[in-house]
Amino acid sequence: MAEVLVLVELNPADGTVRKGTLEALTAARALGEVSAVVAGGPGVLGGTREQLAQYGAAKVYVAESPEIDEFLVAPKAEVLAQLVQQVSPAAVVIPSSPEGREVAGRLALKTGSGFLTDVTEIAADGTATQVVFAGAQIVHSKVTVGTPIYTLRGNSVAPEPAPAAGEEVPVQVQLSEQAKLTRVVDKVVEQKSNRPELTEASIVVSGGRGVASAENFSIIEALADSLGAAVGASRAAVDSGFYPHSFQVGQTGKTVSPQLYIAVGISGAIQHRAGMQTSKTIVAVNKDPEAPIFELADFGVVGDLFQVAPQATELIKVRKG
Amino acid sequence: MNIVVLVKQVPDSGTQRSLDPSDNTVARATADNVINEIDEYAIEEALQVRDREGGEVTVLTVGPASATDAIRKALSMGADKAVHVVDDAIHGSCAIQTSGVLAAALQQMQYDLVLTGATSTDGQVAVMPALLAERLGLPQLSGAQKLTVEGSTVKVERQTDGGFWALEAPLPAIVSTWDTINEPRYPSFKGIMAAKKKPVETKSLADLGVDPSAVGLATATSQVVDFSGRPPKGEGVKVTDEGDGAEKLVGFLAEQKLV
Repeated sequence: MAEVLVLVELNPADGTVRKGTLEALTAARALGEVSAVVAGGPGVLGGTREQLAQYGAAKVYVAESPEIDEFLVAPKAEVLAQLVQQVSPAAVVIPSSPEGREVAGRLALKTGSGFLTDVTEIAADGTATQVVFAGAQIVHSKVTVGTPIYTLRGNSVAPEPAPAAGEEVPVQVQLSEQAKLTRVVDKVVEQKSNRPELTEASIVVSGGRGVASAENFSIIEALADSLGAAVGASRAAVDSGFYPHSFQVGQTGKTVSPQLYIAVGISGAIQHRAGMQTSKTIVAVNKDPEAPIFELADFGVVGDLFQVAPQATELIKVRKG
Repeated sequence: MNIVVLVKQVPDSGTQRSLDPSDNTVARATADNVINEIDEYAIEEALQVRDREGGEVTVLTVGPASATDAIRKALSMGADKAVHVVDDAIHGSCAIQTSGVLAAALQQMQYDLVLTGATSTDGQVAVMPALLAERLGLPQLSGAQKLTVEGSTVKVERQTDGGFWALEAPLPAIVSTWDTINEPRYPSFKGIMAAKKKPVETKSLADLGVDPSAVGLATATSQVVDFSGRPPKGEGVKVTDEGDGAEKLVGFLAEQKLV
């Protein structure tokens, strides 16, 4: 059976396997036998081997070098390119983070391959599905050259265990000078929270211009916390300084695809829709009955968010006991 | 400090966008085309760096003849000159092929810094800086929310989830910007008039020494097999809050087994 490489992304805080990686391991199984690739500083594997095996990794390649973490993107692309040369995999699947896409692009050039980003599904024959133009069109595409490389959009595939051997295979790391040009001098965390990461969360609660102030975003946070959800914001809210840009959902921010998306005080401009239109269930609260967000909503409440959101938070808390 | 800013003309994301059913490429001819919004932040950053450090800002674009509108916009904001790569053979190129054309054009130019937007609103692939860095052996500093130049070193804050990474590299380098980095200026009337006289050099693939068979749909590294409109969502339920809106909302979530 053909081998398929999956690049592993770990949570920066605790070194555990990110949900997007479990999804990639699941999606990659359609193409062959999965091997996980863990690349990072010494000790990067930590306790993750068992989980990778549980989600279908027959092999776990481990590339350890301090330089992989010290330099941006290029080292990981080199490690993967070396593995592609050694094992001639049927495909490479990478979670669709900013770094994941960039690794995919550089790997494609290094291996003379084509790549497809932000795919939501990969069929056994290698055809990938993408949702484009703010969710307006569904496209099926194929890589026509080399080893197909895919980046998988978060929350597109439900992770499913499929226990495999998870045999640990060390990889020699020898980086070129060209991989060591952009040094990562510092990693700064500005907001620490216990909420799920926006692109991984199964529920997202977002606030928009209607929230009216940074202080009022506590209403959005309370609703999110009652549901165990991530918090998002529209561009209007971010531009007004209500919430930081790293939480922006939309064309110039994050693309999310949760089970449930609750838009509060968001009108639903294309800028925003582009980032959330593929959410499975959409709920909207807005005082303007003509707001375009209602065209997308499975359930809409026309009303004052300052009434509806806190009441909903209390009702959910009661329900959850 | 000579800076090249890469700009792309894209179909306006506020309008109905589609693919061309005749060859499954982005329908550009029938679209309302505008400059990729995030590229305006890269142009603004280039102008600010030039105004601090001296030098020239050159706009570089690959696109059909109509892409001159995007070039004019950049020139009217204050860029000094432009290079426009136009060649019918480029139609339908994938990101890998386009990066080859841009790299060939950059090799004929003098630059210390290449700037571009972090993503385009049409393809949203967001890898052009990485591809060009790989091809040209340049340091890649992508996703910048802040950029500073100190002597021959460029420093960038790369936006990440809940924070940023501080990056450093020697010049020349390629940097891509998010829309958090600055507030792009509007072209002034004077700027618009001056832009009409600024030099725009047109180059073909032959001028760049690029083999036409290396670009275009026939040899693209990925191809669209088919496409279809996403099925419209069924009519949702809309209620007006009369004190019971929250209750109905939570009732809906419970019904859908979401709480």
